[in-house]
Amino acid sequence: MAMEPMIGLEVHVQLATESKMFCACSTKFGAEPNSNVCPSCLGLPGSLPVPNRKAVEYVIRTGAALNCSVADHCRFARKNYFYPDLTKNFQISQYDEPLTYNGYIDLKVNGEPVRIRIRRAHLEEDTGKNLHLASGSTLVEYNRGGIPLMEIVTEPDFTTAEQCREYLTQLRLILRCIGVSTANMDEGAMRAEPTVNLNDRATGEATPKVEIKNLNSIRSVYEAVKYEISRQRKAVAEGREGELFQQTRRWDESNGVTALMRRKETSDDYMYFPEPDLVPLEPDPAWVESIVSSCPELPAARCERFCTEYAIPEYDATVLTESRELADYFEDACKAFEGAAKTVSNWVMGDLTSLLHEAGVSIAQSPVSCERLAELLKLIDENVISGKIAKDVLAKMFESGKSAAEIVKEEGLEQISDTSALESVIDEVIAENPGPVEDVRGGKQQAIGFLVGQVMRKTQGQANPGMVNEMLSRKVKGEG
Amino acid sequence: MPDVARDVVEHVSTLARLALSSEEIDRLQHEMGRILEHADKLQAVNTDAIQGTSHVIPMINVYREDQVGESLTPEEVVANAPDSADEFFKVPRTVEE
Ligand SMILES: [Zn+2]
Repeated sequence: MAMEPMIGLEVHVQLATESKMFCACSTKFGAEPNSNVCPSCLGLPGSLPVPNRKAVEYVIRTGAALNCSVADHCRFARKNYFYPDLTKNFQISQYDEPLTYNGYIDLKVNGEPVRIRIRRAHLEEDTGKNLHLASGSTLVEYNRGGIPLMEIVTEPDFTTAEQCREYLTQLRLILRCIGVSTANMDEGAMRAEPTVNLNDRATGEATPKVEIKNLNSIRSVYEAVKYEISRQRKAVAEGREGELFQQTRRWDESNGVTALMRRKETSDDYMYFPEPDLVPLEPDPAWVESIVSSCPELPAARCERFCTEYAIPEYDATVLTESRELADYFEDACKAFEGAAKTVSNWVMGDLTSLLHEAGVSIAQSPVSCERLAELLKLIDENVISGKIAKDVLAKMFESGKSAAEIVKEEGLEQISDTSALESVIDEVIAENPGPVEDVRGGKQQAIGFLVGQVMRKTQGQANPGMVNEMLSRKVKGEG
Repeated sequence: MPDVARDVVEHVSTLARLALSSEEIDRLQHEMGRILEHADKLQAVNTDAIQGTSHVIPMINVYREDQVGESLTPEEVVANAPDSADEFFKVPRTVEE
């Protein structure tokens, strides 16, 4: 039988609001334990939740980016369970009436287009944190409890670990681009839980579903899904299907395996019911429309446009669209430069990026503005300075905040394009290198490169290489 | 309405973290049956055209703006806790979900 992996992904995203979902406590990461807690998120009697408008807006914005419909009417629900990470013994979530639903995302995996359906993106509150002590007790703190959390659930449309990786990569780019979350997996701002099983689409025969937890990077999701597929395939191939059962497994990063956490004998029973402390949401259509229409161009679309509009390689476009700020910088620099976009992309991805990296600053805080970079590139195009000298000029611009023209003028770095000035240097080089000169005369064209190099050296790189080449050729052949 | 099945009472008591004796389960099978019987009267009403009500006041879209306000101090947060350690709540060890 032809068993194919069937994988669904549930992703939890902390929304980048200033205050919590249902109270005014701060969402700041890394605060002193239990310092961002109030009667409401502590679940004290008499306190009432009030939803954060920004969080609702962020979910609508995400839904729009994922081609979802926005509910015209929806409610919050209580998800009831007992665990110390909840102060109220229930989590305010959404159940049968999610805020956004029925969307999709188009991916490209190994050159193949793949469409993943999004079942829903809904709103809920995050839980507190438990700290298990070796002594046998558990410490709990609720700074995280009540932070707005968006849950994005896909249909089980993935068939490979590569697709899962690409989905999470794109999703993270989108969430950052539309500004709803930092989406940092290592800080827990984005958490992914895959559900993996094998399925025979013809007969409907399937292995029991396995949920994987404890994944804190896209890479670990990829590795864990890959491992889990092969674990289940192996059991089926060896006729050990009976050993597979519905369960939750934990990814063990150091050993590169998934390990049993708990068996799932019955489906979870959370006794959901509508949250009576909150009134229904009926997002105003005009508000929804303004959120949808202000949605920026998404990274995948922008990447494609960069390839066609600027005629830059796909690799360049991919790197440049990894952050909205970087992509904006590139586009603005292209506009100001008006020259070849590939030149801009080379400088942005190369020298500028390494300078930023060394200084530990983001592109948004670059001391060299896109206009200033364009000025530098114009100086190269106009043969005022060579590309080689431009590298030093950029470093000096970065350090001093001065313009390219100022630095070139101050340090006398203009390219020597003056024929008479070059002539004496070229004559010197010809006189000093009779061997290579003979080689060129004898038809060995590559020897001219050596002579050009000598001229560049004598002029500290300031000679115009095109002119040097031309003048040298003429002189060596006795034409000048 | 007959008595509620024994395994249903057991399931509900597990969800509610209630340890019931065998006698209590016997009694609850009967009592829960009577409660459901009472609630069952509502089934006679035709509610096809009525949307489920979760809030009795006809009100929608109550929001607060995203502004940080006052929180309690960690000392106040744990003040009512049966047990605490520094600014943490201290609870018996739980099995990781
Ligand atoms: Zn609070």
